[in-house]
Amino acid sequence: MKLQQLSLFLENRPGRLEAPLAAIAAEDINILTLSLADTAQFGILRLIVRDWEKAKRILEQDGWVVNVTEVVAVDVLDRPGGLAAALKILEDADLNIEYMYAYSLRRGDKAILIFRFEDPDRAVQVLLDKGLHVVGGEELISSTS
Amino acid sequence: MSLADRQPHSPADSIWNPTAETMPRAELEALQLERLRSLVERVAHVPFHRDHFAHHEIGTHSIRSLADIRRLPFTTKNDMRRHHPLGLLAVPRKDLARIHGSSGTTGKPTFVAYTARDLDIWSELCARFLVAGGLKPEHTVQVAFGYGLFTGGFGLHYGIEKVGAAVIPAAAGNTRRQIEIMRALDPEGLICTPSYALTIADAARDLGIDPRSLPIRLGHFGGEPWSEDMRREIEEELDISAFNNYGLSEIIGPGVSGECSARDGMHIQEDHFLVECLDPETLEPVPEGEPGELVITSLTREAMPMIRYRTRDIARLYREPCSCGRTTMRMSRVTGRTDDMLIIRGVNVFPSQIEEALLRVEGTTPHYLIEVSRPGTLDEVHVKVEIHPEIFSDRMDRMQSLCERISREIHTVAGIRAHVDLVEPRSIERFVGKAKRVLDKRNIQN
Ligand SMILES: [Zn+2]
Repeated sequence: MKLQQLSLFLENRPGRLEAPLAAIAAEDINILTLSLADTAQFGILRLIVRDWEKAKRILEQDGWVVNVTEVVAVDVLDRPGGLAAALKILEDADLNIEYMYAYSLRRGDKAILIFRFEDPDRAVQVLLDKGLHVVGGEELISSTS
Repeated sequence: MSLADRQPHSPADSIWNPTAETMPRAELEALQLERLRSLVERVAHVPFHRDHFAHHEIGTHSIRSLADIRRLPFTTKNDMRRHHPLGLLAVPRKDLARIHGSSGTTGKPTFVAYTARDLDIWSELCARFLVAGGLKPEHTVQVAFGYGLFTGGFGLHYGIEKVGAAVIPAAAGNTRRQIEIMRALDPEGLICTPSYALTIADAARDLGIDPRSLPIRLGHFGGEPWSEDMRREIEEELDISAFNNYGLSEIIGPGVSGECSARDGMHIQEDHFLVECLDPETLEPVPEGEPGELVITSLTREAMPMIRYRTRDIARLYREPCSCGRTTMRMSRVTGRTDDMLIIRGVNVFPSQIEEALLRVEGTTPHYLIEVSRPGTLDEVHVKVEIHPEIFSDRMDRMQSLCERISREIHTVAGIRAHVDLVEPRSIERFVGKAKRVLDKRNIQN
C-alpha cells in the first residue's frame, strides 16, 4: 500500500530542477508526481515515478544524492471539508505527518494526497480501518495512463 | 604485507638512528649549542647575515647558551625574495649539488640550494621519520608528490631509498594512473598530500574499485595542514595507517619532524633544527604547550642555512617524554598559518577551526569552502558544505536543523556566525596539491 518516493537534493539556482527530470525522461521513466520544498538556498525535490529503482540508479549515476522514503497516497473527497475530515482521523490516531502534498491528477470527485508519516505502516492501518481509500502503486500508475 | 605495520601503537617501533633520536637531553642541547655557534661563524661572511649581525653587534661570543638564540635576528620569506635568487648562499656556487624551489603564493619561486652533504643529511632525516612511521626495507612505496623544484618528491624519494625500500616515482597527478600503478605493483606505502589521498579514494570509487581493496597499508602525508578527523577519514577510506610529517622547503623540505608509532605529535630532528614557538605579534616565546608561530634555525645546513626563519606555521611544542623512547621535542600538527588567518569582524579565525567544527557534525564530508565577503560594511562568512547521502533527508526540518547545527559548531569553535550553504556533491573543486579552503572576496588592501 505504501509508495516509494525518491528525494533529491538540489541547489536553489535557475535550471537546477531540469537536469534530474531530463535524466529520468531520457530513460522513458514516467514521473507520476513531483513536489519541491525549497528555501532560498536549497531545495528537496520529491518524486514518485513508475520505476523508482531504475530512476534512483540513473540519478545516482549522474551524481545526485537520492534518498528513498515510503509515503502513503490517500483518496480524499475534493470538496470543502474533505481534507479536514481526513486530517481529523490522523490527528485522533496521533499520527505524525512529516509533510504532505497533492498528487497532480484528480479522479472524479476525489483528490489524491501524498503523506509522509513518521510511521507509515500504522498510518495505513488507521486509514484503512477508518474506511479511507489508500491508493497503491499499481492503481496510481493505471490511473495516470 | 605484514600486519604489524598496521598497528598504530605497535611497541616494536624501530628507530633509524638511535644515537641521534634517543640522545640524552643534556647531550643533545650541548650539541645544539655547539652547532649554533659554528653556524653563526659559517654564515658570518654572507652579506645578509653580516649586515644583520653588525647591526645587532652579534658574533660567536654572543651565543653562550641556547637561549641566546633570541639575540639573533629573524629571517623571513621576504628576505629570501630580496636576496633572490641565491643571495643567501653560504658556500661557493661550485659546491652546490642541487637547487630546489618553492612556488610561494605571490609569483616567482624562491630557491633553496643544497651541498652534497646537505642532501645526505636530508635523506637521513626523511629515513628517520619514514622508519618511525613503520617503513621497512622490504616495502615498496609509491611517491605521488611532485618531482621538480618542489622538495616533496625528491626528498622522500631519497629517504625511502636510504631506508632500503623500493620507490615508485609516480609523481603527482593523473589519479587514474596512480590507481593502475598501485594495482599493478602492490606498494605498501603511499606518499602524497592528505587531500590527495582522499582524491585517490574518490577516484577509485568512481572506477568501481573499493578503495579499501587497494594494496596501500601505510601512508606518510604532508605538504599541507590536516586534522585528526581527516586522518581518521583517510584511514577508514583506504584502510591504512596514516602518518604526519612536517617540513618546509626554505629549511630543507620534508624531514624537519615526523610522527612515531605513538602518533602523538611529530618528533623534531633537534640535532639538525632548533625550533622556537613564538607569539606572532610580540615575537616572545609562548608558554610551553601553547600555540605559536614556529621559528626554525637549520643548524647543520651548509649551502643555505636559515637563522630563525619565520615559518608562519602555527603549532604547539612539547617536551614530555614519548612512549617510543625518542628524547626529542615534539610539535603538534600545524593548526594554521599566521598569513591564512582570517580576520572576520575583528575575530581571528583559522580555516582549520572551521574544519574542526564541520568534523564534529557526523557525515559532513571533508569537502568544504569558506567564502568571506563584505556585502555592505560587515564581513559575512558562508561555509559551503557538500551534501552527502549520510546527511541528506527528505525532510526540510531535518535539513534546516543540520545547517543550524553546523553553524552552532562553527560558533563554538571559531567564535563567528557563519551561514551554512549546503551544496550538491562534487560541486566544490578538487585539488591535486593543497586544497583551497578559503575564498576571500573582500577587497581589502593589506
Ligand atoms: Zn615518539
